[in-house]
Amino acid sequence: MEYFLELFLGGTTRGSIYALIALGYTMVYGIIQLINFAHGEIYMIGAFVALIVAGVCTIYGLSGVSILILAGVIAVIYASAYGYTLEKIAYRPLRGAPRLSPLISAIGMSIFLQNYVLLAQTSDFLPFPRLIPEFAFMEPVAHIIGSPELVILVTTFITMILLTLLIKKTKVGKAMRATQQDMSMARLVGVNVDRIISLTFVIGSALAAIGGVLVASYIGQVNFYIGFLAGVKAFTAAVLGGIGSIPGAVLGGLVLGWAESFAAGYISSDYEDVFTFGLLVLILILRPSGILGKARKQKV
Amino acid sequence: MAEKKHKLLEVKGLTMDFGGLRAVDSVSLEVHEGEIAALIGPNGAGKTTFFNCVTGIYNPTKGDILLHPKGLETRRLNGLKPNKVTEMGLARTFQNIRLFSDMTVLENVMIGRHCRTKSGIFRSIVRGKAVLEEEQFIVESSYQLLEKVGLEDFANEFSKNLPYGAQRRLEIARAMATDPFLLLLDEPAAGMNPQETSDLDQLICKISTEEQIAILLIEHDMKLVMNISNPIYVMEYGKKIAEGSPQEIKDNPKVIEAYLGEEVDA
Repeated sequence: MEYFLELFLGGTTRGSIYALIALGYTMVYGIIQLINFAHGEIYMIGAFVALIVAGVCTIYGLSGVSILILAGVIAVIYASAYGYTLEKIAYRPLRGAPRLSPLISAIGMSIFLQNYVLLAQTSDFLPFPRLIPEFAFMEPVAHIIGSPELVILVTTFITMILLTLLIKKTKVGKAMRATQQDMSMARLVGVNVDRIISLTFVIGSALAAIGGVLVASYIGQVNFYIGFLAGVKAFTAAVLGGIGSIPGAVLGGLVLGWAESFAAGYISSDYEDVFTFGLLVLILILRPSGILGKARKQKV
Repeated sequence: MAEKKHKLLEVKGLTMDFGGLRAVDSVSLEVHEGEIAALIGPNGAGKTTFFNCVTGIYNPTKGDILLHPKGLETRRLNGLKPNKVTEMGLARTFQNIRLFSDMTVLENVMIGRHCRTKSGIFRSIVRGKAVLEEEQFIVESSYQLLEKVGLEDFANEFSKNLPYGAQRRLEIARAMATDPFLLLLDEPAAGMNPQETSDLDQLICKISTEEQIAILLIEHDMKLVMNISNPIYVMEYGKKIAEGSPQEIKDNPKVIEAYLGEEVDA
């Protein structure tokens, strides 16, 4: 039972990270029907920025948690700027073009950003400082859930609540929902749709950066290629939950995390990716619109 | 008419080409303060294209669309984005219902209100006192609008669950929420039963007189058009073929021909 609980919590931790990144995919898809393949790279850039900030902070002798917060904030700002720019230069000029064009553009940006970091940094795995301290109060349950997992869970939970409030309660949230449902109509009731799209990219990128910082300090290393697998898995989570649906992304992330964790725990960790993508294949066959996704009605 | 009324919308020689097809061919039209003007014509005459040009969905090939807000300088609308046109005080509804169906009735109206509020993206996230007050004001004024169209009891329903006639009225309320001085209605009575049509009839008159909003409407329901609108403009094959009072239009041989076909001498 304890083993089960450990796997369950490990899966939840993993899943909440997938969910965080999947939200970016799903929000962008919901609003402009584009799979932003460069999203994983934003996550990777977030982690790299945090690494650089952490390095500088260590020189100035700051301590663990304050570095984590500072690195997190700067990574979020930086990644948001990347997300904003990405939309502006790679997707906005293609608004109104056939759907395949921005998709190709997204893949191009993904390759570009990977190679840019490869050249600017290095191809090696860089050690990432473990910024999350071991809390004393976690001692008794440390064999089930560690402090880093707890921090990840709490952070992602708070982030998701804030996002929900933003979308449900604020004026921009309303404008985002309106744009998602009918873009040209939203324009006609005075919504500045271009601004809303930019904002969606900024929010999605900020979430990805938070995920990047948390994972990097949990796993302890970064490399220019980490965004690819994380991106593909988060994309799987988004499709699993129903792409375009925000609760779907969270649910899909969690389901994926659990599946991986249990597969690794009870079968073999060599097979965890097999289970991830096996799940994707299954969902595409059995329920192509995802767990919470609505089948899009095509008007004839 | 004795006193000269203020001209709100002035369209001069509007032409819209789609490749080789001329959908609207140098149509001129004016809407004055306090008027309910109508644009009628057979299907495919280019009426909706005309609306789309005026509201910024299409950029017209030729011609001028001038908006003369009262007490403000004249603005040329050609090539402006729809949200800019809306900000300038011109709102519209569509032929087919295009509500935000997964939002509540109240939210549908509130979203129209938002273009009149000052707080930007950042301030609406970091909610200060002023923003909260503004939000409160928006909720209240949106309720008032819903009362005007008789939908206050449905405020928290999802708009997709409303009956058809109510959805139509909600579209009008949402358009009014943007605080326009000119409202363009594209076939507001389409698909309505006679009772709903006569309710709509009254609603449009009420908007015109009580809210001081001028109205330009496209409509196929001749009873509604003849009852409430003056002047009437008639389009056929992209061209304006007639304009005038309901009586003049009824008697105009060109209009009769457009609707019923040419008279054949036996």
